[in-house]
Amino acid sequence: MEKKITTPISKDKVKDLKAGDYCYISGEIYVARDAAHKRMVESLERGEKLPIDLKDACIYYMGPSPAREGRPIGSAGPTTATRMDKYAPILMDLGQTAMIGKGKRSPEVIEAMKRNTAVYFAAVGGAGALLSKCIKESEIVDYEDLGAEALLKIKIEDFPAIVVIDHEGNNLYENIK
Amino acid sequence: MREIDVKELTNNIKEMCIEANYGLTDDMKAALDKAYEAEETELAKKILGQLEENLKIAGDEMIPICQDTGMAVIFLEIGQDIHFVGGNFEDAINEGVRAGYTEGYLRKSVVSDPLERVNTNDNTPAIIHTRIVPGDKLKITVAPKGFGSENMSRIFMLKPAQGIEGVKEAILTAVSDAGPNACPPMVVGVGVGGTFEKAAIMAKQALTREVGKHSDIPYVAELEKEMLEKINALGIGPGGLGGKTTAFAVNINTYATHIAGLPVAVNICCHVNRHAVRVI
Repeated sequence: MEKKITTPISKDKVKDLKAGDYCYISGEIYVARDAAHKRMVESLERGEKLPIDLKDACIYYMGPSPAREGRPIGSAGPTTATRMDKYAPILMDLGQTAMIGKGKRSPEVIEAMKRNTAVYFAAVGGAGALLSKCIKESEIVDYEDLGAEALLKIKIEDFPAIVVIDHEGNNLYENIK
Repeated sequence: MREIDVKELTNNIKEMCIEANYGLTDDMKAALDKAYEAEETELAKKILGQLEENLKIAGDEMIPICQDTGMAVIFLEIGQDIHFVGGNFEDAINEGVRAGYTEGYLRKSVVSDPLERVNTNDNTPAIIHTRIVPGDKLKITVAPKGFGSENMSRIFMLKPAQGIEGVKEAILTAVSDAGPNACPPMVVGVGVGGTFEKAAIMAKQALTREVGKHSDIPYVAELEKEMLEKINALGIGPGGLGGKTTAFAVNINTYATHIAGLPVAVNICCHVNRHAVRVI
């Protein structure tokens, strides 16, 4: 089923999404990949405040290529979500409700999704040029020293993504196998 | 004796890093078209359609095909009659990568140490494989390798008794475990024989072979066709969301090996199977 969603993605919105739904997402989301996740979780362990508000937040697992002059961003497709599995449950327990990436998730992540009413979307891997056209604004929130792995806030419009795992744990990848 | 100034090497590599990241070779484009026609479900067609549109946007608007513009893997076949002058050979290659990734708006994805993980900010160093061959020509292949698929690659040290069935099982295991993580449809490069490292290098080199071109060894060519069918029967499909096209090609390279061993390396590459080749 095709659906349009706007961020923030509240738990009520998450409940309406089922594995296999083809969505067009609009609004503000965060961008973080391996190094930014590691840094966020390390600062939580030290009892520090995070640079972003996680309540009903959506994090896109992505590290863009550099933007050319006059453009908000370079190529911007999803990276493999599996590598964020170690960190994702901690962030969901603090309010994050949506993740965009590609690839499999661990049982621990799926349990955290059920516990917190969260959703996992996949965008098409390797379609970074196409997906960049749905990104209208981009700014660095923190961790600028990480280069391509800095923590970003971006504004997206009709960003195409498919619900792979819903809040009940239904998993589109599993259905295919 | 032919002299080549290393500046020529730098310039070619710079251009090739950019060229490879903004467009695919014609064989890859043709494979995408063919897959689009073959797919039956709406979702599989939609994903392949997005990949085709992505390629068009990449070329027309100069946006890299994929944000993971890779670690630069460079194969050089150097004619033995060439003498490189004007500087250090490896420095010249890395200078080409540095200039290509900086001037070409390509992502800097390399960290200087695997555990300390500090970005080098210019995508160097490259991975350099050289081979000395007869003649005075220089063949350069630049193959920027993304790590979504690299991470799903495997090496199996099989026993000779496992034979061809063992090789088939190893390939299917690697592809099936990779599933959606490796951004299918993929190209599967396989190295069979040699030693531990020789198998891996053969697998990597197999990825640069034209899609649709088979091994010159008849039984290997048959094995490539059989494995492509078996992989596509897995149903992983475009984006890992189901369909007939899980791989575009299985390219297998072989080499002599030891009486006690049967190394098999499976190097997986996503549909963004980039490479640029020049002979100078």
